[in-house]
Amino acid sequence: MHIVCCVKQVPDTTQVKIDPETNTLIRSGVESICNPYDLVAAEVAVQLTERYGGKVTVISMGPPQAESALRECLALGAKEAILLSDRAFAGADTLATSYTLSQTISRIAAVNPVHLVICGKQAIDGDTAQTGPGIATRLGYSQFTYVSEVVSVDVENNTIKVKREIEGGSELIEGTLPALLTVELGLGIPRYASLPELARALRQDIEVWGAGEIGALPERLGLRGSPTSVHRIFAPPVREGGRVFDSTENTERAIEDFVEVFFEKESPLLEHLLSQDKG
Amino acid sequence: MKETFDVAIVGAGPAGVSAACILADAGIKTIVFERGEYPGAKNMSGGVVYGHDLAQIIPDYVDHKCPIERNIIESRIWYLSKEGGYSFGYRDSIFAAERKHNAFTVLRAKFDRWYAEQARKKGALIVPSTVAVDLLRNDKGGVVGVVTGREDGEVRAKVTLLADGINSPLAARAGFRVEPKPEEVALAVKEVIELPSEVIEQRFGVSNGDGVTIEILGEITGGMDGIATVYTNRNSLSLAIGANLADFATSKLRPYELLEAFKQHPLVVPLISGGQPREYIAHWLPEGGYDTIPALYGDGYLIAGDSAMMFNAMHREGSNLAMASGRMAAEAIIEAIGRGDCSRKGLANYGKRLAESYVLKDLKKYRRFGRFRYRHKEIFNEIPALASLAGREMLTVNGVSKKQKQKMIVKEVRRKMSILRIARLLWHSWRAVR
Ligand SMILES: Cc1cc2nc3c(=O)[nH]c(=O)nc-3n(C[C@H](O)[C@H](O)[C@H](O)COP(=O)(O)OP(=O)(O)OC[C@H]3O[C@@H](n4cnc5c(N)ncnc54)[C@H](O)[C@@H]3O)c2cc1C
Repeated sequence: MHIVCCVKQVPDTTQVKIDPETNTLIRSGVESICNPYDLVAAEVAVQLTERYGGKVTVISMGPPQAESALRECLALGAKEAILLSDRAFAGADTLATSYTLSQTISRIAAVNPVHLVICGKQAIDGDTAQTGPGIATRLGYSQFTYVSEVVSVDVENNTIKVKREIEGGSELIEGTLPALLTVELGLGIPRYASLPELARALRQDIEVWGAGEIGALPERLGLRGSPTSVHRIFAPPVREGGRVFDSTENTERAIEDFVEVFFEKESPLLEHLLSQDKG
Repeated sequence: MKETFDVAIVGAGPAGVSAACILADAGIKTIVFERGEYPGAKNMSGGVVYGHDLAQIIPDYVDHKCPIERNIIESRIWYLSKEGGYSFGYRDSIFAAERKHNAFTVLRAKFDRWYAEQARKKGALIVPSTVAVDLLRNDKGGVVGVVTGREDGEVRAKVTLLADGINSPLAARAGFRVEPKPEEVALAVKEVIELPSEVIEQRFGVSNGDGVTIEILGEITGGMDGIATVYTNRNSLSLAIGANLADFATSKLRPYELLEAFKQHPLVVPLISGGQPREYIAHWLPEGGYDTIPALYGDGYLIAGDSAMMFNAMHREGSNLAMASGRMAAEAIIEAIGRGDCSRKGLANYGKRLAESYVLKDLKKYRRFGRFRYRHKEIFNEIPALASLAGREMLTVNGVSKKQKQKMIVKEVRRKMSILRIARLLWHSWRAVR
């Protein structure tokens, strides 16, 4: 089985702050990391090849430094890595990105047929969760989003069975290969690579592909191929805490206040509770 | 792991990476272990690096985009009391021209990463996020490799270089180094304060990416044997303050309290006002000097840099000693491997090279300096206070005759310090630096 994983290098959002005056991201001094969801995707892909045989190819679109995200995936056990780096790719939104990645995957598949594409559920810097579905749609693959368990893959019969999260529960669904999965964090824990695997990952050559290698149409790449424009970035207003009824001084008073406010504000809820009690 | 290496290096700081560069250039198969996520991630950010020692390893470091923050053209020394103090400085245009990059500031997180990348390009294998937990020994006690915390993580090598910094439990556990005593290490805290480049250039009277360093002694360390520094980076200032660990233990002062008080000092406030604190970090420094240097090599191993306690407290030099000792270790290793003898005897040229170089000569010259400061706490108490009194009184114009003032000052000095104590201080200070 041949699995392609799409990974992205993102700023460590636990460190990114928003400048309250200019409403722009303060990225200076912020480290880049491999998107945590994508690391899980790579781990899951490697586990599947351990279960069913085959190999994993990781791809990433980004600047030359994105190489380090690819090496992290190689250390987990991916066998090949391709970096998509070209000035023409810069400034891509999810539309242009999914176009670029799907072109790449079809090129890869032309040489070595692809059974599965696995992406993280979303990237922590944009949280859009659009790239995976965009790729599946363009390639005509079946798509399974928010996958929480890969139950089985049957390459002979071209089928896959997965569990996915839906509101209020989960569903078990089966579909045909080739397929694209986007995965939840809980699906796997990226392993702490053994020393020989890490050494291999650090030394392996990483191919770099540009627009030419993937046979892409220039007008659909990068900024030119991106209809989305960022209007404004802002920090959500800080939530104010609820009212505090301080009972340290005067307990009776605090309870009285509470009951009064509660009856006034939450009367529908109370009515509902009382009516249920009757029934 | 099955694969073996000629040389295993523990630590991708200035010492380890310098060695890796020289070894890789000579075609020696080298692996470097770094516990940080990337080289520099765990290191004290901000500091002065010296062009001379770097150029001996990477002559064209500027062309290779070395992340230089500011080229230092002026060194200031401040001697402060609580309320004021003296400021001396030396600036020379030669440091902006022929001797450019004699000293320059770097942010260690960036610099160490860049430096390790140069070693990688030369062919060394740099392995981050990997802790060396032990050394592999043969039945005669010789070192034959490194044990890391990863699965299948034992690596055999002909020679192992310990370049793991001051906090080197590895060397201590192996019995190569005695655990330093509290009075032989200093604890320093550092804060990087962000300011626009123009503001820094205006406040320090520099331009074109030039910069200034300030070394500060006096009452700011709360009577402890310590020092503070202010270094200019491109768009930040690195403030650091530290003191002898034994003094911290007796004074019960906390490092961050010291830093906060330092930031409130009237001479410091105007330099940092309006700045945004960006990072805060604490680190040890080897202060024991020459007499605490361990045996520098043995069967199959060598020790370099901070791990070997190579730090010149008098001149605040450490990174250069680390680079120079790493380079000399590599040179000795190349010879030893060439002769096929990596025993203690085969590696002995390391000791010889160091002894002949400025590294051990300087450390020897100042071998009494640490103890001198540690014993003469008046340098950090009475003297700065008295010096400030003298400065303040002599500068105040209030109708009192200068002779009268002088008398008052001398009386105050005599009240605080006996003649014998002053004589002893002068004698010891002379012995400490001659
Ligand atoms: C506040 C402060 C200010 C300073 N200012 C200056 C200055 O201005 N100029 C100057 O020249 N010097 C300065 N120094 C000293 C200088 O930083 C050191 O002397 C220098 O960094 C020593 O280099 P090194 O390579 O020996 O050790 P380090 O730089 O400490 O590098 C050791 C490396 O080994 C890694 N490591 C440790 N243990 C392990 C392990 N078990 N496994 C894997 N990796 C490990 C560490 O993560 C680290 O990256 C300063 C120090 C401090 C604390």
